[in-house]
Amino acid sequence: MRVLMFGWEFPPYISGGLGTACLGLTKGLAGMGTDIVFVLPKLESGESGGHLTLMGANRVRARIGISEILSLRERVKVLEVLSPLRPYLTEKEYRSLIERDEFFTAQDILGEIENDFAGGYGDNLMAEIVRYSVVAAHLAASEQFDVIHAHDWMTAPAGIEAKRVSGKPLVVHAHALEFDRSGDHVNQKVYDIERAGFEAADRIIAVSHYTRDTIIKRYSIDPAKVTVVHNAVSKERRFGQMRITKPLKEKIVLFLGRITFQKGPDYFVEAAAKVLEKNPDVRFVMAGTGDMFPRMVERMAQLRMAHRFHFLGFVRGADVERIYAMSDLYVMPSVSEPFGITPLEAMVYNVPAIVSKQSGVSEILDSAVKVDFWDVDRLAFEILDILGDEARSARLAVKGAETLKKIKWEIAAEHVLNVYRELAGGAR
Amino acid sequence: MISVCFYFQVHQPMRLNQGYSFFDIGVGHDYRDEAANREILRKVADKCYLPANRLMLDLINEFKGKFRIAYAITGVAMEQFQEFCPEVLESFRELADTGCVEFIGETHYHSLSFLFSKEEFRRQVRMHERVLKEFFGVKPVTFRNTELIFSNALALEIEKMGYKTILAEGADHVLGWRSPNFVYQPAGCCKLKALLKNYRLSDDIAFRFSNQAWNEWPVNAEKFAGWVQAVAGNGEVVNLFMDYETIGEHQWADTGIFEFFRALPGAILEHPGFVFETPAEASARLDPMAQLDVPHFTSWADLERDVTAWLGNPMQDQAAELAYALEDRVLATGDHDLIATWRELLTSDHFYYMCTKWFSDGDVHKYFNPYETPHQAFITYMNVLNDLTLTVDGRLGNK
Repeated sequence: MRVLMFGWEFPPYISGGLGTACLGLTKGLAGMGTDIVFVLPKLESGESGGHLTLMGANRVRARIGISEILSLRERVKVLEVLSPLRPYLTEKEYRSLIERDEFFTAQDILGEIENDFAGGYGDNLMAEIVRYSVVAAHLAASEQFDVIHAHDWMTAPAGIEAKRVSGKPLVVHAHALEFDRSGDHVNQKVYDIERAGFEAADRIIAVSHYTRDTIIKRYSIDPAKVTVVHNAVSKERRFGQMRITKPLKEKIVLFLGRITFQKGPDYFVEAAAKVLEKNPDVRFVMAGTGDMFPRMVERMAQLRMAHRFHFLGFVRGADVERIYAMSDLYVMPSVSEPFGITPLEAMVYNVPAIVSKQSGVSEILDSAVKVDFWDVDRLAFEILDILGDEARSARLAVKGAETLKKIKWEIAAEHVLNVYRELAGGAR
Repeated sequence: MISVCFYFQVHQPMRLNQGYSFFDIGVGHDYRDEAANREILRKVADKCYLPANRLMLDLINEFKGKFRIAYAITGVAMEQFQEFCPEVLESFRELADTGCVEFIGETHYHSLSFLFSKEEFRRQVRMHERVLKEFFGVKPVTFRNTELIFSNALALEIEKMGYKTILAEGADHVLGWRSPNFVYQPAGCCKLKALLKNYRLSDDIAFRFSNQAWNEWPVNAEKFAGWVQAVAGNGEVVNLFMDYETIGEHQWADTGIFEFFRALPGAILEHPGFVFETPAEASARLDPMAQLDVPHFTSWADLERDVTAWLGNPMQDQAAELAYALEDRVLATGDHDLIATWRELLTSDHFYYMCTKWFSDGDVHKYFNPYETPHQAFITYMNVLNDLTLTVDGRLGNK
């Protein structure tokens, strides 16, 4: 089986969980003999691509003329109105960008193509997405493959183009939806691209039933087309043998993630205040950055918790492992989480987790404690109870470890491979 | 006879190590950014303290006692001079020996202690007195609180502590139609006299001197002396209070600030009705013109001339509350290093860095702020304070 795969992130070139998921999944697939050509917008040195062929769109020199771009814009209707967007923008940032009302012309896009790809989620994201899809069409015409697989909306136009040129089946993989990022205030342009991708796809893979339901309801997609494949987690501890000594006697409750609306950091802060009222011997740690960071710092100070509530900023590498290992409880209070890998990562370190019911990962975590993200009282109650009840905490950690045994990228890859087989018929 | 009182504030905070993170709490105590402290002190010494002290010494010698000035050097600054740049202390000593320089008392750590703990306030004032005695052989009789923070209650306390004169901001909202160019008596005091900063003339030098957008730019000594002399007939004392770093650091040498100061004494003394006096001398000579009633704190900072540069947002309030809440426990350890470290954390600059009011004075705040954001300042401060708290509690637990 040969797969032409389009993705926007790949370790170490990542800004979120998407890259990590792509790495885990492709490793699983490669282990089952799948050949993958993985196309990134920009290839730098250092990507861990031993198990597949990594290709950077920035290294593909497609000959593209203005007529091709104009015809592309006719074919992919949603690209008619283009504006620079980033997938992880907040509502406020979206609005300020939209108000600038920068509509691209074909000329702009042509100009962009002559430049190098920037990759990531810069201001010219929309133009890059178009350029990337042009490169995709070029590749689809020259490469040999059985299936096309596109991850998230940024690569949906590329998937559509590749399918048009090659006639091969298209799988669109939904890791996150516009509704997760923006609540009900979606960006119409992003939504339109997502929906075009889903409509063009022969099969959609959703990372959870939670995401699948949203795709069916909010994008009016035929349920028969949407398959759920849960993500997994890598159990490798890169610094696994590192001894963690914890100098603080209080128990530590951890939040780790982008400090944005989607992740619900404000519920964590409010719950912390309620916990400290009852039990002052707890420390709360918030790791990550995001547009809500200043607000969270000020709110925490206003609640007068600075002796018990600590901000880490963006953590990377060994510090990620260190803070997991130091923690006694992990909380993921996401407002809307298509999957949410961090509770699984916490479990790798035997840390029990509380996850919001509005998360995909809660579907596979029978053992974890689940609360509605908005139910701060309940969250505070559970934190107090788990920290105060050693036996319950230990039980949760053991159950977490058992759950982890069943969550493997190999299993996810097998499901994905089945989808490929159904679509590609005879190809092996 | 109208006196011109120059008073220069000399201060350098002990800057914190911004790399001190949550992971260091309970592990390491590397609080200070030694490299930055040393580097900044050396830089400011070369640009300001050493050449400005030389200039002032020359002027004092040249005018044979007729040019007189005052300094308030904070204890944290003196400690750093001693550590990184002892020649600066030496040059201040030379100035002290002329007898034409007054040294003004204040809280050793340039702290907001009066707002939180009267006991700690008194201790820091006494500590500063001891250091002035030790370094310069003088006993201060004039007091100026951190950044000219002032109120009736503070004045009363200072009178009780034996001071004769106190310095304050001539804030519009306190003075109203009245002039800062007279001596006042703080409400409730019967001996203490207050000298008020003439902020227009002071800030003409401190903030506007090199501002080319200012319609009076450029200002030379004659022009400025003319403004000062215009007070004749309508005032008895002109108080020019500013950061010493104005000379050569805030206003760089190439703005002509040194030439300005070199020419200023001569230009002012040209008018026979004017003399230079130190605050103590002016206040001893002049009687209070009226009572000054300041129930709420004023200061020389920002347009508001109140304490909102240091306190008022939740981060500042929380950090200050937690820092002062440690007082009894840290003193109970009896550990001089721990206590000194705690006091360094009381320095007002730490709270200034957490300020979030970025309106008209945002540029000034930014200039003095080593942090990217006020939130970063708060987080670093709290990491350090949380570790210090752990250490203190550990010490007390073992006793």
